[in-house]
Amino acid sequence: MDLSSKMFKPLEREIIAAQPIVRPSITYWQDAWRRLKKNRLGMVGLALVILLFAVAIFGPIISPYTYSGQDLKGGNLPPSPGHICGTDLLGRDLLTRIMYGARISLSIGVISSVVNLFIGVVYGGVAGFLGGRVDEFMMRIVDILWGIPLLLIVIMLMVVMRPGLMTIFIAFGFVYWLPMSRIVRGQILSQKEQEYVLAARTLGASKFRILFRHLIPNSMGPIVITLTLQIPQAIFLEAFLSYIGLGVSAPMASWGVLASDGVAAIRSYPWQLFYPALAICLAMLGFNFVGDGLRDALDPRLRR
Amino acid sequence: MTRFVVQRFLSMLLALFFIITITFLLMHAIPGGPFTAEKKLPEAILRNIEARYHLDWPLWKQYGDYMWKLLHWDLGPSFKYESRTVNDIINSGFPISATLGALSVALALALGIPAGIVSALKQNKWQDTVAMFVAIFGVSVPAFILASLLMFVFALKLGWLPAARWGTPQQVIMPVISLSTFSLAFIARLMRSSMLEVIQQDYIRTARAKGLPSLLVIYRHAVKNAIIPVVTYLGPLVAGVFTGSFVIEQIFAIPGLGRHYVTSIYNRDYTVILGVTVFYSILLVSMNFLVDVAYVFLDPRISYLEERE
Repeated sequence: MDLSSKMFKPLEREIIAAQPIVRPSITYWQDAWRRLKKNRLGMVGLALVILLFAVAIFGPIISPYTYSGQDLKGGNLPPSPGHICGTDLLGRDLLTRIMYGARISLSIGVISSVVNLFIGVVYGGVAGFLGGRVDEFMMRIVDILWGIPLLLIVIMLMVVMRPGLMTIFIAFGFVYWLPMSRIVRGQILSQKEQEYVLAARTLGASKFRILFRHLIPNSMGPIVITLTLQIPQAIFLEAFLSYIGLGVSAPMASWGVLASDGVAAIRSYPWQLFYPALAICLAMLGFNFVGDGLRDALDPRLRR
Repeated sequence: MTRFVVQRFLSMLLALFFIITITFLLMHAIPGGPFTAEKKLPEAILRNIEARYHLDWPLWKQYGDYMWKLLHWDLGPSFKYESRTVNDIINSGFPISATLGALSVALALALGIPAGIVSALKQNKWQDTVAMFVAIFGVSVPAFILASLLMFVFALKLGWLPAARWGTPQQVIMPVISLSTFSLAFIARLMRSSMLEVIQQDYIRTARAKGLPSLLVIYRHAVKNAIIPVVTYLGPLVAGVFTGSFVIEQIFAIPGLGRHYVTSIYNRDYTVILGVTVFYSILLVSMNFLVDVAYVFLDPRISYLEERE
């Protein structure tokens, strides 16, 4: 049968909004923020973290005392209106020292998390996604670094460089992305065999796109959980190093130094341990609450 | 499968070789040593001491000598304690650290996994809320703080448990609790989140639709798949428990390997630092090897061999 254009006639296009969009569309992160707002513990955590940053930034400025100012006659004072958290052996105001310690601990937490995100996720993602020889080679490097205890690297750096905060940053930056890269790799390894990756590949998506638009966002749950657990872990690790005498040195006051001084005085002046311990625990709780809230908010599969 | 295991084993040996070499070179690159004292030793004595420990040899010869002895599991003498060798220190310290570590890992797994399963199955019910509330405190209180607080309450105030040393079952309780709490809480959280993911999968619905008893579905289909992230965590878990014991052993005055290690760092006792580092490396790298092998057995979705061909 022959077809000619005469047999067809154009239809008038009817302009009707079949399905009018009632609400403005929101992005993934707006959606996450909306869900985070509903999470009470998450908001408590967020408030705690903001409070900590505020105290760390403004506290030492407001305080009438300095972190290193000694008052040998006023040593080991119990908490009082003048010294809210009491004083230490050398008469230094404990509250000021704790607020000053917050600066050190928070900066260590923040830097370690940035390092984690940028190096660990990309490294683990690439290794897991490319697989084969590349994966083998990249993971051997991780194994090699992993095998050397962090402590040893820190000691090396402390000897080669000037001991202090900068050395700790570098040591953490050197080592801290390792757990993240392993976890991301494990996630990617099991994710990449799933159907949506096959679908994306069939549609002609590039490897780069599959990795950064599909695989890594789908691994966001474990990444966020690991990240939020690693910020407090970094804070703790600094405390740990300071406790065995390899961290921040006197008269600088990190929470680790304060807690280890407190442990030494635990029999007679227990508040010298309790306040730094409380500060450490509150910081960690804050970050953990936020992390949990973010996890529930970011992972659509856990939607309530 | 055999090929994969053999390949992994060989690359493990390669990794160990690198670690040992790097550590050796770093330890020899550090200026100063155990014999650099405030009071300068006479030149002749210093030279005699250096000759005694072969420090006057060229570096490559020292390295060759160290590697050869290492193959025979001879880690050399301690610089600081004349009568003790590094092997002596490991032999006396490691059994204690290993006991402490094994108990902590066992406790973390035995309580963490069930807690995670239960709270995933009872998501948003009170069991979940309680378990996750406890878990979030568990990961928030550092072992270091927990140990001091436990000691303050149970040893100093109540006097129920001994504050320090090692040997009796009572002395084991507080160190094990403080060492395992973080891992326990971490495992519970990990298990919960992966369990929540698994029980939403189609094959679980299929298994339920077939009419399998609920417990069987959970055990045979859900838990076996959900446990994979926990297996991945085993490597870091063991590493964490051993490095955590550096501080815990210090606090409770336990004569384990961690404490000796910290002491050797204070003393700049290079052969001990080197030897113990090598020992920990062998331990942790072989642990990672076992985890990798277990991973493939547990998760058939990960096909290493397929990729290679």
